[in-house]
Amino acid sequence: MNDKKVYLPTARIEPPLAPGVPSTVGSDFLTTKLDALVQWGQKNSLWPMPFGTACCAIEFMSSVSSHYDLARFGAEVVRFSPRQADLMIIAGTITDKQAPILRKIYDQMPEPKWVISMGVCACTGGFYRAYHVVQGVDEIVPVDVYVAGCPPTPENLIHGLIELQKRIQSGELARHREAKTYVPIRVGTDPQVESLPAWSKAVMAPGRSHGREFPEMAESAEAEAAEAEKGSKA
Amino acid sequence: MSATLSATGGVSFAPVLERKFPDGSVSVERRPAADVPTVVAAPGSFHEAARFLRDDPAAGFDLLLDLVAVDRLKLDGPPSFRGDERFQLNALLYSTKRNEHLRLRVALPATEPRLQTLAEVWPASNWFEREAWDLMGIRFDGHPNLARLLTHNGFVGHALRKDYEAGQRWLCTDEDVLQTALAAKTDLPEDVFETMTLNFGPSHPSTHGTLRIVLRVDGERIVAAESECGYLHRCFEKMSETHTYTQVIPYTDRLNYCSPMINGNGYARAVEQMLGIEIPARARAVRVVLSEFSRIMDHMVCIGANLVDLGGLTTFWYSYQAREEIYSLLEACCGARLTSSYARIGGLSLDVPDNFVEWCRTLGRSVTTHIREVETLLTKNRIFQKRMSGTGVVTKEQAIAWGFTGPCLRASGVGYDVRKDKPYDGYDEVDFDVPVATAGDNYSRYLVRMEEMRQSLRIIEQVVSKLPGGPVVSDDYRVVLPPKEMVYNEMEGLIFHFKNVFEGIQVPAGEIYSYTEGANGELGYSIVSDGSGRPYRVKVRPPCFPLFAAFEKIIIGGMVSDAVATLGTLNIIAGELDR
Repeated sequence: MNDKKVYLPTARIEPPLAPGVPSTVGSDFLTTKLDALVQWGQKNSLWPMPFGTACCAIEFMSSVSSHYDLARFGAEVVRFSPRQADLMIIAGTITDKQAPILRKIYDQMPEPKWVISMGVCACTGGFYRAYHVVQGVDEIVPVDVYVAGCPPTPENLIHGLIELQKRIQSGELARHREAKTYVPIRVGTDPQVESLPAWSKAVMAPGRSHGREFPEMAESAEAEAAEAEKGSKA
Repeated sequence: MSATLSATGGVSFAPVLERKFPDGSVSVERRPAADVPTVVAAPGSFHEAARFLRDDPAAGFDLLLDLVAVDRLKLDGPPSFRGDERFQLNALLYSTKRNEHLRLRVALPATEPRLQTLAEVWPASNWFEREAWDLMGIRFDGHPNLARLLTHNGFVGHALRKDYEAGQRWLCTDEDVLQTALAAKTDLPEDVFETMTLNFGPSHPSTHGTLRIVLRVDGERIVAAESECGYLHRCFEKMSETHTYTQVIPYTDRLNYCSPMINGNGYARAVEQMLGIEIPARARAVRVVLSEFSRIMDHMVCIGANLVDLGGLTTFWYSYQAREEIYSLLEACCGARLTSSYARIGGLSLDVPDNFVEWCRTLGRSVTTHIREVETLLTKNRIFQKRMSGTGVVTKEQAIAWGFTGPCLRASGVGYDVRKDKPYDGYDEVDFDVPVATAGDNYSRYLVRMEEMRQSLRIIEQVVSKLPGGPVVSDDYRVVLPPKEMVYNEMEGLIFHFKNVFEGIQVPAGEIYSYTEGANGELGYSIVSDGSGRPYRVKVRPPCFPLFAAFEKIIIGGMVSDAVATLGTLNIIAGELDR
């Protein structure tokens, strides 16, 4: 990667464009890796599909309206059709009744796609440890960025979006996807996943659970089961 | 909850009631003055009593506000608990002619609690009965469609019963979601040439991600509709039962998240009435000011979001700006933009900033500008008028029968506003008008909201000009945390602090229905206390619930695009609809 800034008299695009898009040769050419260029494009033209259900959706509305203006970060075109979007922002509590719909809509989004889980309800179920609330949307879809807060401030959501953009640009997420590993990022204060004792979570009735279709999450389910077993012995 | 009332129990028509039911199967129950008057009926004469209360001119309770089911399994103490009569169903009623509230109560046995449906007496009871069946397992004979409403079809058991574990979840699969009765229905009129079933929501921009309507359309005309809710049922009522009275306040913020302050104030007021404590004048005034600002925020979002759904994105940017500015004030008062958790039982958590009065005035001026801007964009806009006038019409009689309250009721010609008719928190000391429209269409609902925002500004101006000084929280330390100096220096202060934190506020055993004017209508809290630090049962009367229940009836015969406009002006907030 060439970090040197090369200014050419006739250059229409001022370098450096982005990390990985290093230099221009002549007025109408630039040399780079195809991946880097694509990732740069993806990063700067995220089309969010707000899966807004509750209070967080109101703060999402704040983020996209005049004052905070999410458009400044290239996530301008809010789409309500999953077919036209590549970033799902899950803003609000997801209930068990909503869960199959969330999964269906996620499946309808074309690849590559990313998921931001906005607010503690979407991250962990929040303070709704109750009979009808999904205890974290990662029961249903893989999440790339968790944004904490109840609801998160627009600044926090924007922070989450920038973090996601960094990961997209560096190719990290694409590599993980290929290798079927899965490393989410957390933004803001800890969404308290680890700190909670197992008993305080709402539990699915015995013998029934959401079909987890992504292998990396299945591992964590096994780990959870092992932990629960350990706990019961103790 | 001190003074009890005379033999009539606050029921003015008690003698008529006695003559009508000489066998004593329907009688007046003596209630504390803070609670609403109560009539108790035996299960056999419940239906007859309901008819009497609606039709008799001395009673005239034409509006059903709420059905509150209570499981008394673990409740001991109150004299009204009678042996194995485990369940209790309370119908909360309002008379638009006589401006009175009433509770009609019936006790039901533990095994197979069932009752004749009230749907023909008060059509609004349809969904309330479904909710009572879903969460409490009370059957209603003769109900047209007694299916689960808030939970999904894969759910087993009735969640609000006391023997149901709060965290017990059940898997909902695709099959549980996608079935509706309407999709299978074929008994349509013969002259319908060709109809198709259209699924509308829950993931649709105009249904806010949480409402679902299944339509049968003939071209663009809607011939049949069925709506469904529960996609945001996050168990507020069960959660309240597992937390202390103070811990419930953050949950109330998330009911109507467009105007969170109002919910918190209403809840705190209900508990204060049970405790029989007065809050300081300053706290009362600040509650009123911030409630009115919240009302403006709510109406602004309602109008802005409605216009987004109609295709006019510009209005949204203007109306949302007002909201951002009000957020700044709320943030300065309590530290949170949206979910304020500002009210406390006994007052407020913190005092307002020093420049509060000045800030409110500046804000009032700028909000006035935003209202004017929105008005310039909309009120005389021909496209807007054509889409709104004459669509989504609700007549006065329908609005009452369907249990409407708030702006939607006032747009249909009934001027019921709790702030005016049953003043609380000093609303009787300020001068304001209640806007009423008569057409009952979408345009009237829009106009009523616009005028209400101006009236709210009038209230704010009057209250801040006389903002009292002094503390913002009561000095009754059985309820309120004592100041830190007292906790560290006095034994008594330490004890109060400890008791409040560990045991919660001890609310005397009893029951109350307390109501305030929410942004969408009458926001009621029915609270049952068993004398411990946690509420035994909290039931919210969500103003949206009857509105959305009637939605499927309002849109029949209109176009699909009118349905979108109507859904916007009804202002359905899923948080309080589904709780």
